[in-house]
Amino acid sequence: MLASLAFLAVLLIQILHATGAMAAGFADWLPILAAYLLWAIVLGVGQVVIRGERGLRALFLLPAVFFTVAVVIFPTLFGFYIASLDWNLSSLEGPRFYGLNNLTGLFHDTYYWNALSNMIFYTVAVLAEYAIAFGLALLLNAEIRGRKFFRVVFLLPMMLSPVAVSWMIGKSLMEYRFGPAATLARYLGWDNPAFFASPWMAWLSIEAMDAWVSVPFIMIILLAGLQAMPKEVQEAAKVDGANGWQSFVHVTFPIMLPVSITVLIIRIIFKLKLADIVINVTAGGPGGATDTVSSFIYRVYRDRSNVGYGTGLAIFYLLLIIALLTLLLRLSKRWTQKVV
Amino acid sequence: MSSQAEASFLKGVARLAMFTSASKPAHKHHKASRAKRILSRVLIYGALLFWAFVCLFPIYWTITTSFKSAVDVTQGHLIPWVDFQPDWKGWRSLGLSPDTIQGVSTARAEFGSRFANSIVTSVGASVLALILGSLAAYGLSRFRYKFGWMRNDAILFFFMSQLILPPVVLALPFLVLYKALSLLDTRFGLILLYTLTVLPIVIWIMRDQFNAIPIELDEAAFVDGLSTWGAFIRIVLPLAVPGMAAAFILSLVLCWNEYFFAALLTSTDAKTLPVMVASQTGSQGINWWSMAALSTAAIAPLVIVGIFLERYIVSGLTTGAGK
Repeated sequence: MLASLAFLAVLLIQILHATGAMAAGFADWLPILAAYLLWAIVLGVGQVVIRGERGLRALFLLPAVFFTVAVVIFPTLFGFYIASLDWNLSSLEGPRFYGLNNLTGLFHDTYYWNALSNMIFYTVAVLAEYAIAFGLALLLNAEIRGRKFFRVVFLLPMMLSPVAVSWMIGKSLMEYRFGPAATLARYLGWDNPAFFASPWMAWLSIEAMDAWVSVPFIMIILLAGLQAMPKEVQEAAKVDGANGWQSFVHVTFPIMLPVSITVLIIRIIFKLKLADIVINVTAGGPGGATDTVSSFIYRVYRDRSNVGYGTGLAIFYLLLIIALLTLLLRLSKRWTQKVV
Repeated sequence: MSSQAEASFLKGVARLAMFTSASKPAHKHHKASRAKRILSRVLIYGALLFWAFVCLFPIYWTITTSFKSAVDVTQGHLIPWVDFQPDWKGWRSLGLSPDTIQGVSTARAEFGSRFANSIVTSVGASVLALILGSLAAYGLSRFRYKFGWMRNDAILFFFMSQLILPPVVLALPFLVLYKALSLLDTRFGLILLYTLTVLPIVIWIMRDQFNAIPIELDEAAFVDGLSTWGAFIRIVLPLAVPGMAAAFILSLVLCWNEYFFAALLTSTDAKTLPVMVASQTGSQGINWWSMAALSTAAIAPLVIVGIFLERYIVSGLTTGAGK
């Protein structure tokens, strides 16, 4: 096994040399991918031959591990490398070592900090989405007719592609001149229903669209939690004379706390990736009011083709996310332990 | 059917009779609580209907707009045949209306190729993720691993932690790498990326599914002389079909809707439907009907999936919730 491993490692380096240094190799780097695949297969077979039954068991896990290493771990590490370069893809100069200059540049980039502070607002807005979703989940959990119908309908927005949604709602429903939402707003007494002109209104509109897409997700998980809750608990509360609101505050909500925290954290993770709607509706405007980090980096690449700087921004963002989530997980763990 | 309705009607009458006879002694009290009950019913159904309207109206608006002409759009006409006369205008511009479907249409060819790209990439990625994910999930659910310091929990966390990776972090390195690998603007390149975005979800769902299958079944299979892999393929996998369906459909939807990677990594050959929709949104006002038709066509498969396969989506999403 070791022999095959060493052999293929040498082969890999050989090919690297052939393409990089001697120019006598292949036209592109695709063979490296094939070599990696071959190496992975040989390693898997080697495991079985040498370790027998335990090797067979490892074979279940190995494909996913190899895949992940190739398409996640390696590109991320590669990203760290690119982040240290000054590399404009559209210029012919090619990459140039830039050291930590991208990092220092980042600290002076007001647009980037603006996008980051927007992300704080977007993240806080998850709480509002959560409140709406909880209400809907309670409604669906009540004794109603046509529950299946309502469930299907409430779930539909989640299925639609954000890009289509940005046209359907952002570009046509909220269209200034004759979108139905604008008409309704005029009817309700707002003379000038420009949804994307003032910073706050634009932010709110984008957030509303994102909420429209993502509330169903929170709702369906909360609903599953509600349905898993034993009925006796509710009835006991009723016997004790609690009214609807009291039994919600003292019984339902505390029981739902672990599910709530899980779904909130998942939702925050997805919120931090928000980009599609912003790119397609406002492109970050007006004046960066709706910008998310992802949409900003997308523009950095689209407008300036600056791969090095863009990656630097993205990696810095990733580090922030990891820090934030570690903190959130810690806090939530402590909090649930205290309550339960 | 009719006898059932009759039965339920009779039951209702009986209940009503019971109610009126029982309520006589405490007439006043019941009246108040009944009014309250009715009020709460009205509020509940009012809220439900309001939200159903919120969910459905944009979809309704998009579909009807694809049959409108410019005047109907600007005047805000909403109801077909009452407000406006439906017309195939939007669909004609895509070459998908009844009178143009026979002829040659560059718009339809373009749409068709984008549609095919979307299908190939999302199905390909879902299949690949399902294979890799099921194998890993079965391993994690049945055996104890030790890769250096990593035990099963750590390995699972390693897979799940990829969920937090925002697409932007990977997008630019992939752009550079794919250029070197000649995978830029290919379906295969997109499939690899999409697989990685849904793999954690598939592993999560499938592990839960395998945990729900009693391990005694595996042991019985070993006694019958099947190997580890034999037991997995012949005994366990057929039982795991519901979880696989849920995982498959969920990843299909996620891949179908993906925009960010597709926008950055494809240009002409492998462009997917969302990229096409996005590239058309720049043009405003005048060709609303064709945009509406395009959006309708892009969301139609999802609406159908959402209506008919909803229970798989729900079971996939709610894996692990409420425990």
